[in-house]
Amino acid sequence: MDLALAVGLQVLTGVAVLVIVSLGLAVVFGMMRVINLAHGEFMMLGAFAAVLATGAGLSLWVAMLLVAPVAVGLFGLVVERLVIRRLYGRMVDTMLATWGLSLALVGGMTMLAGNSVSGVSAPLGSVAVGGFRTSGYELFLIGAAVALSLGVWVALRFTRWGLVARGTMQDAETASALGVAPDRVYAVTFAAGAALSGLAGALLAPLSGVVPTMGAAYIARAFITVITGGAAILAGTLSASGLLGTVSTLGTFLSTPVLGEVAMLVVAVVLLRLLPRGITGRVLRRAL
Amino acid sequence: MEVDALHAGYGRIGVLDGVSLRVGAGECVGILGHNGTGKTTLLKTLMGLLPATRGAIRLDGHAIERLPAHRRARAGLGYVPQGRRIFPALSVGDNLRFAAAAAGVGDGAVDAALADFPELPRLLGRPGGALSGGEQQLLALARALVARPRLLLLDEPTEGIQPSIVQAMAERIRGLRAARGLSVLLVEQNLDFIRALSDRVLLIQRGRIVRELPAAGLDDPALEHEFIG
Repeated sequence: MDLALAVGLQVLTGVAVLVIVSLGLAVVFGMMRVINLAHGEFMMLGAFAAVLATGAGLSLWVAMLLVAPVAVGLFGLVVERLVIRRLYGRMVDTMLATWGLSLALVGGMTMLAGNSVSGVSAPLGSVAVGGFRTSGYELFLIGAAVALSLGVWVALRFTRWGLVARGTMQDAETASALGVAPDRVYAVTFAAGAALSGLAGALLAPLSGVVPTMGAAYIARAFITVITGGAAILAGTLSASGLLGTVSTLGTFLSTPVLGEVAMLVVAVVLLRLLPRGITGRVLRRAL
Repeated sequence: MEVDALHAGYGRIGVLDGVSLRVGAGECVGILGHNGTGKTTLLKTLMGLLPATRGAIRLDGHAIERLPAHRRARAGLGYVPQGRRIFPALSVGDNLRFAAAAAGVGDGAVDAALADFPELPRLLGRPGGALSGGEQQLLALARALVARPRLLLLDEPTEGIQPSIVQAMAERIRGLRAARGLSVLLVEQNLDFIRALSDRVLLIQRGRIVRELPAAGLDDPALEHEFIG
């Protein structure tokens, strides 16, 4: 029983990490149809922002939950204004531009911070689960994934900004004829996605260590999750994270981490073969 | 609104070739012409969805030809596009609330629009894309009116709509003109509809206004061949 509980918590942690890693990408892709290949580097910037802020004496929680998303959100605003805005509707060009940006960010951060791993230690210690002990911070990550998902849902479903953003993404021309400035909506949406990416990087910094190339470890998993989930931002991310996170964690538990990742990729490939538009292309099509 | 020698088009292809017109306060002006003569291009250019290459557009004496569409909407222009263009994944209520949010007015404006369109309250929770064409047209009209525009640009509102809805729309627009002094610029190919609503009609050919008639002048059968279809 204790073992089942411990494995269940590991599965939940795996799912939560996928949700946290994918949500920023899902917002930008799902709302704007922009494939941000610099998503992993936005996470890396968030992680560095948290490390720098804690180094400057700020509380780890303030650094992770406030400094990192605000800093990367502002950076995203600048990137949208200088790069993304000129490329809307040109998906391949956007991919190339954000790929170039990701290379520049990795190179620039390597020059500034070097290639050694820095980081912050995980807070909250360990928690007893029956006869086992599990990391308190991993339990926090499960709660953070739930809170983030709820926050995105509330923002999209119940706020005026969410309504305006959802309408504008469906038909920008009609939105502008009703009084909306689409450029501003795009900028805020991209910045919100960037802020979520920065927050993800900061939240995962205590688990992964912080290095300029850390984004590469997450970008593939985030993309697979978003593409497998399909068009619905939240329902897609949650359903794909639930499925792929479970397969990956159970695969890891039963064999090795490498085989866990392989099992997750196989499931994603099979699913996309059966459902080319992702999970929410077939079910939950009207969900957010 | 006063439009003077307006030119516009798509890239290097010119469509409007010096359109001049005037819509007075509370007036309804119809525009009639064959397909491809520039009717939709004219409304899109007035709304700011296409750039004017030359010419002037004034609303209440203020030049608006360089303003983006959202600022023209805030200045008092309303627009019901051809094909309705409601947000298909938003509910009827959210389509109306979107318009209120876009215009920066409270949800009271949504209630007022619903009072003007009694067909809509029972549909509030239904996705816009699941409505019939007639229901979508009423929604598009109600949505454009949420911001209480002073001049409404209507692009072929009767296209593909059943006669009972066409009649309901005509009554609603007449009522709003009487109650609010709403001005209307109506592009239409439905002679009965344009005759029923318009104070005068402008005939457009190859991107130019070529003739002006009182609405009663549309009874001439020769016009049908020359300017419709």
